[in-house]
Amino acid sequence: MNIRISDVSTRSVGRIGIERISISLGDGADAFEAVRDLDFAIAPGELVCVLGPSGCGKSTLLGALAGHLPVTRGRLTVDDQAVLGPSPDRGIVFQQHTLFPWKRVRDNVAFGPKMRGVGRSARYQAADEMLRLVGLDGFEHFYPSQLSGGMQQRVEIARVLINRPRVLLMDEPFGALDAQTRSMMQEVLLDIWTRIPTTTIFVTHDIEEALFLADRVIVMSARPGRVIEDIRLPFGRPRRAELVTEPDFVRLKRRILDLLRPPDSPEPLARLSPLWIR
Amino acid sequence: MTATRTAGQVPWARWLVRGLSIVACIVLWQLASAAHLSLGFVTFRNVPPPTEVLQSAIVLLKSPKLLAHVGSSLWRVFAGYGAAVLLGIGFGFAIGRSRAASDLLLPPLELLRPIPAVAWIPLSILIFPSSEMSMIFITFIGALFPIILNTVHGVANIDRRLVASARSLGGTPAAILREIVLPGAAPSIVTGLAIGMGTSWFCLVTAEMISGQFGIGYYTWEAYTLQNYADIIVGMLVIGLLGMGSSWLLTTLGHYLMPWRQPAAAR
Repeated sequence: MNIRISDVSTRSVGRIGIERISISLGDGADAFEAVRDLDFAIAPGELVCVLGPSGCGKSTLLGALAGHLPVTRGRLTVDDQAVLGPSPDRGIVFQQHTLFPWKRVRDNVAFGPKMRGVGRSARYQAADEMLRLVGLDGFEHFYPSQLSGGMQQRVEIARVLINRPRVLLMDEPFGALDAQTRSMMQEVLLDIWTRIPTTTIFVTHDIEEALFLADRVIVMSARPGRVIEDIRLPFGRPRRAELVTEPDFVRLKRRILDLLRPPDSPEPLARLSPLWIR
Repeated sequence: MTATRTAGQVPWARWLVRGLSIVACIVLWQLASAAHLSLGFVTFRNVPPPTEVLQSAIVLLKSPKLLAHVGSSLWRVFAGYGAAVLLGIGFGFAIGRSRAASDLLLPPLELLRPIPAVAWIPLSILIFPSSEMSMIFITFIGALFPIILNTVHGVANIDRRLVASARSLGGTPAAILREIVLPGAAPSIVTGLAIGMGTSWFCLVTAEMISGQFGIGYYTWEAYTLQNYADIIVGMLVIGLLGMGSSWLLTTLGHYLMPWRQPAAAR
């Protein structure tokens, strides 16, 4: 049941090219370089976790990929098309949900199809199907404020995936959840990702989360963010909760901990807004 | 919202106290005016007792005058306030969304804003040949500024994360205006409408007292000049009821238009 559908047509889309990009944020005297010379590619269908200390520019990279902020140097591509602005092809999920408070769950999920001009009954049918997939059937008529944090993030994922995006960008999506809900959501995500194979970049600062979810972990340094390690994980799928106690897992965890431990801890940086909209 | 939920749980003893409080006020009023109470700086000598007011109210209720007065007041509020709603929300959106519109429209509005609407009465009598138009204009001016300012506030304070999210989901600028900005600004707009409704009535009654023929404000002032003192209080009560009714109408409209604002909607 849990074996990944290797549909050729879906696996061939979602190649991400990050070509020598630097991103500067802020104006005038406040300007600073958030990420410097990032250069890597992500294969179609890959689930990549980006790990790094806070302020390393992980969120900035996602914001640029989503098309919400411009790169200063270099080029971002998805399937060889340059990223020029926001598009439903590149869905993004944030730590704090951005569901529309005035729309019921079903209308939130149906928003993308509505923007494409899909008729009411067809888009509601598609929305209900997505809600079933994320385990929220029965909650179609609720308002977002009536749901728990984990449920809100499920709606958020459904709302993005209904557009069948080429890439799924996740910016610490489970960072605000309690530990139990968080590990449940990780399994939910893997389950959804198995059914709808989508290239995914998942930003987190939780090492266990990255190791549990990813095919590949990219470790970034503190500001300006650069790639310091690119690790392909040896774990098979489906992943089970016992994985986190296996020797390989623990060994990798220790290795990444060492990478992330700064030689002399500088002051923690203020959290930056992932959406630097001017 | 929460108030309506807790109101259902208020024990009868508290309702009894609330009711007695109102009865006590009426009794004190009856005693004071029956005894022609005078404290030197304030006197009840010319204040009719509640019994007399009730009689006058019944007389007015039975006469066709009531409909004519209330009807013309309601029409003026409808016209003046309605125009203020259309123009205020339109201007508010333009100012809140477009820098050019803000530079063009905001400076003159900011200059006019500190002038109380009532201060417009003499000029509006000069500008408009019919006193009807001048009263509608005063009502309009009174409601306009609160509606504009609250709309601007609501539109300018939309959560930008929601707008970014809508763009990521394929929302065009027109769709974002309709699906995100309008509902996002709605609570603030409704607040503006409620404040505007209050000032509208205030301005209308004042304008009617000065330049009216018919209208509930005119009725009240006429009662004073004709020394029908009980009718003054009847007029006041009718004005209060009309204000209460229109504010109830707005609250209901707000609940109907913004169901997501009521946690009680939860199953």
